[in-house]
Amino acid sequence: MNINATLFGELLAFIFFVWFCMKFVWPPIMGAIEERQKKIADGLAASERGEKDLELAQAKATEQLKEAKTQAAGIIEQAKKRGSQIVDEETQRAHQERENIIAQGHAEIEAERNRAKEDLRKQVAALAVAGAERILERQIDAAAQSDIVEKLVAEL
Amino acid sequence: MAGSAGEQTISGYIQHHLTNASVGEGFWTFHVDTLAWSVVLGLVFILSFRAVAKKASAGVPGKWQACVELIVEFVDDTVKSTYHGKSALIAPLALTIFVWVLLMNLMDLIPVDFLPTAAALIAGESMDVIAAGQSHTYMKVVPTTDVNMTFALSLGVFALMIFYSVKIKGFGGFMKELYAHPFNTPWLYWFNFILELVSLVAKPLSLSLRLFGNLYAGELIFILIAGTIGVWQLPIHFLWAAFHLLVIPLQAFIFMMLTIVYLSLASEEH
Repeated sequence: MNINATLFGELLAFIFFVWFCMKFVWPPIMGAIEERQKKIADGLAASERGEKDLELAQAKATEQLKEAKTQAAGIIEQAKKRGSQIVDEETQRAHQERENIIAQGHAEIEAERNRAKEDLRKQVAALAVAGAERILERQIDAAAQSDIVEKLVAEL
Repeated sequence: MAGSAGEQTISGYIQHHLTNASVGEGFWTFHVDTLAWSVVLGLVFILSFRAVAKKASAGVPGKWQACVELIVEFVDDTVKSTYHGKSALIAPLALTIFVWVLLMNLMDLIPVDFLPTAAALIAGESMDVIAAGQSHTYMKVVPTTDVNMTFALSLGVFALMIFYSVKIKGFGGFMKELYAHPFNTPWLYWFNFILELVSLVAKPLSLSLRLFGNLYAGELIFILIAGTIGVWQLPIHFLWAAFHLLVIPLQAFIFMMLTIVYLSLASEEH
């Protein structure tokens, strides 16, 4: 154990190394470590926020889906109602038309029959007049007795 | 020193291994090996850490950067848990002490004859002379087994202790701590002063001697094993190295820890 001038040399070396470490080694390394810690903390916070956002979005999506479903059900209901309404209206209209057509047919038939009746009556009258003419050929003037014939025709 | 005749004695062998390569006379002797190895190891420390510091980024760290950051964070945590003041010096100081002392202690694990023999061969001595213990090239490769090394560290710490004491408590506060401490009565001030002075001086003394003693003893046992047991030394070397592997980082850690503790005591008011 002999203390000698080596001590001073080592002291100088020690001071130099500590100074160098303090100036050029410690600050950048510590800075990098702290920056990374901050980055990691920020990242964790961001991921947490993202998770929350995702949860919120999912809830929103579910709600919207539910709303859409309700709306769709409403629309379908309405459409069904409208459909049955249209069918009803159409059926009614068709009935009406049928009634109309039948009524028209009846009227036409009636008119035809009336016309035929008229014709027949006229022919019968003519026939009756002709028969009476034959019977009363010589004694009765057709013109003189026309009022009687006419009365007969009206009675038919 | 080496045995006078061709045959090498054990005490000569041990003596040879415990002699520093030195230049100069008397007090102005420089232990060249201690200086060279400690400076080389110190440069290994600052340059390898500087390499990381230059490229340090907050991105994904490389393997070496991760390793360096691990050490830096470990030191930072230790400092933060012990030293409550604010200082830009304490943490880098602790880091320097820890890594530097660790590297110097690790030199202890290099087999005791490797580097001295290599040094003697480089100095031009023949293998026969070296094997006979007659070489005049000395080489002690573990700087922390040199009391000059450990004292340089502890004196540096001691200077900082006084600097922080005076800076934070003022010169009066520092002196008051010395004379008014255990017994706060004026007629016992002289007694306090002696007591406190002893405890103040004991701090750097014990700090350096603890490191020196542990490493010196470890080195001595390696030399003893190498010098006495012959072929059977191998497993015993291994066992002692395995045990010593615990001592090496432990002593580095203790030196760092006590430095922080002393400095935090120096910068706190009582």
